[in-house]
Amino acid sequence: MIRMSNVTEVYDSSGTVALDGIDLSIDEGEFVFLVGPSGSGKTTLMKLITGEVRATNGTVVVNDFDMTRIKRRKLPKMRRTLGVIFQDYRLIENMTVYDNVAFAMRVVGAPNREIRKRVPYVLELVGLKGCEKRLPNELSGGEQQRVAIARALVNSPRMIVADEPTGNLDPVRSLELMLLFEKINEMGTTVLVVTHEKELVNALAKRVVTIENGHVINDGQGGYFSDGIE
Amino acid sequence: MVLSRSGYLIREGFRSIKTHSFMSFASVTIIMACLIIMGSVTLLSFNIDALIKNLEDQNEVVAFVEDAVTEEADARALQPALEAVENVQSVEFISREEAMEKFMSKYDDSLREGIDPSVFRHRFVVHLTDIAQMKETQAEMENIVGIAKVKAHLEYASAFVTIRNIVSVVSLVLTVILVFVSVFIMSNTIKLTTFGRREEIAIMKMVGATNSFIRLPFVVEGLVLGLLGGGLAFLAEWGLYGLITSRVMGTVSNSILTESIFTLIPFKTLALPVLIVFMSISVLVGVFGGVNAIRNYLKV
Repeated sequence: MIRMSNVTEVYDSSGTVALDGIDLSIDEGEFVFLVGPSGSGKTTLMKLITGEVRATNGTVVVNDFDMTRIKRRKLPKMRRTLGVIFQDYRLIENMTVYDNVAFAMRVVGAPNREIRKRVPYVLELVGLKGCEKRLPNELSGGEQQRVAIARALVNSPRMIVADEPTGNLDPVRSLELMLLFEKINEMGTTVLVVTHEKELVNALAKRVVTIENGHVINDGQGGYFSDGIE
Repeated sequence: MVLSRSGYLIREGFRSIKTHSFMSFASVTIIMACLIIMGSVTLLSFNIDALIKNLEDQNEVVAFVEDAVTEEADARALQPALEAVENVQSVEFISREEAMEKFMSKYDDSLREGIDPSVFRHRFVVHLTDIAQMKETQAEMENIVGIAKVKAHLEYASAFVTIRNIVSVVSLVLTVILVFVSVFIMSNTIKLTTFGRREEIAIMKMVGATNSFIRLPFVVEGLVLGLLGGGLAFLAEWGLYGLITSRVMGTVSNSILTESIFTLIPFKTLALPVLIVFMSISVLVGVFGGVNAIRNYLKV
């Protein structure tokens, strides 16, 4: 669940206004695309959600954590309610697929018994059964992103946040990945995907929030808001 | 659960050493090199200090008994009074006959003729605890009834004291500088090793790892690398010291300096303090270097 109210983000160093008076609400179980051109403020919005930056003004509540007041030592607890996926996968190169996924469970102190049970299940869910012992660089881009999704899913987060997850993938793999997100969403997890791939957004026909120049210019169901954005 | 988690983190520390073997090797080598340089300078200054102390001990003071005291027993009776003087380490009685024998042994037999022991006075050879106070001790001994005169090489004493003070100051300054340089180099090396892992740390943060969870493998890694570097440096220092000692003593025994004056401290007596200091420094540098190096990456 995300509640943003009148959120402004000004970067101290440059004085750039990245977000200006944003109001956004995402409920449990929703599937939302966040779209917009480069430099529109999408990444800043993601960073506000993950706690990498704090809002200059306004309130941000993520999964019941007030991100404008949250203490540093509480951030890990908040982040465990999220599954974050990046364009560049961010896998640990010298760990096997299994360990990359199990790692997220070890971080939260899950017992080995549970790790041994849960990791194979999640790897099967993302279609990577049999790849457990391979290293990330032995996998294709699509497979690596699936490992990242498995890692994000393994602790059963309340919400999956994906920043340009298909940016490095071809159209077929991208669509497969989006269908996987849809499947995850159908299982009850809230999904927020940042993208600028119009075809994918239109293919899934979900709620689409469009930002431009730090403002929400459209929030609606169905397809990519096409006025002026290509 | 806590145990299995700690076990995992400790294993991670060891795994990381293996995975980043080149940087681990670099860290251990740097720690070793710094400790060897630091240790060598300190041990050298210890030896110079001990050597000067040894030379000081050779610098004896002679207390002559008054001419009027002719009987050996009467002269010997003065020994407790000398021993009671502050700063006196040891007192050895030399009778006038022994003094003559010693004097004569330096000269040709022909000179012995006509010389009577009565020409010599009974005397005491006195060694002092601290030669810096030689002048005061000399005056105090001369106040003893029955002691005629006390011969002391005050000029040598002050020279030794000056040299010892200079050596102490120089070695202290050098050691302090080297400690700082070593800590700087070591923490930079560790910083370099962790720089390549900032991505890994960022991923850990993003999946909800606490700072202590991220830190522990680095602490284990720093501890192990520190212990390894310190241990190897100790062994290398031992070998180096043994080699230098044997070379130096080999040269010295052929020279006019006798071994009784020029002796180096055996490594055996220094081994434990050297080991403790090496291990403490290397572990502290390893652990704090590791924790300090990742501090910036934890602020995400």
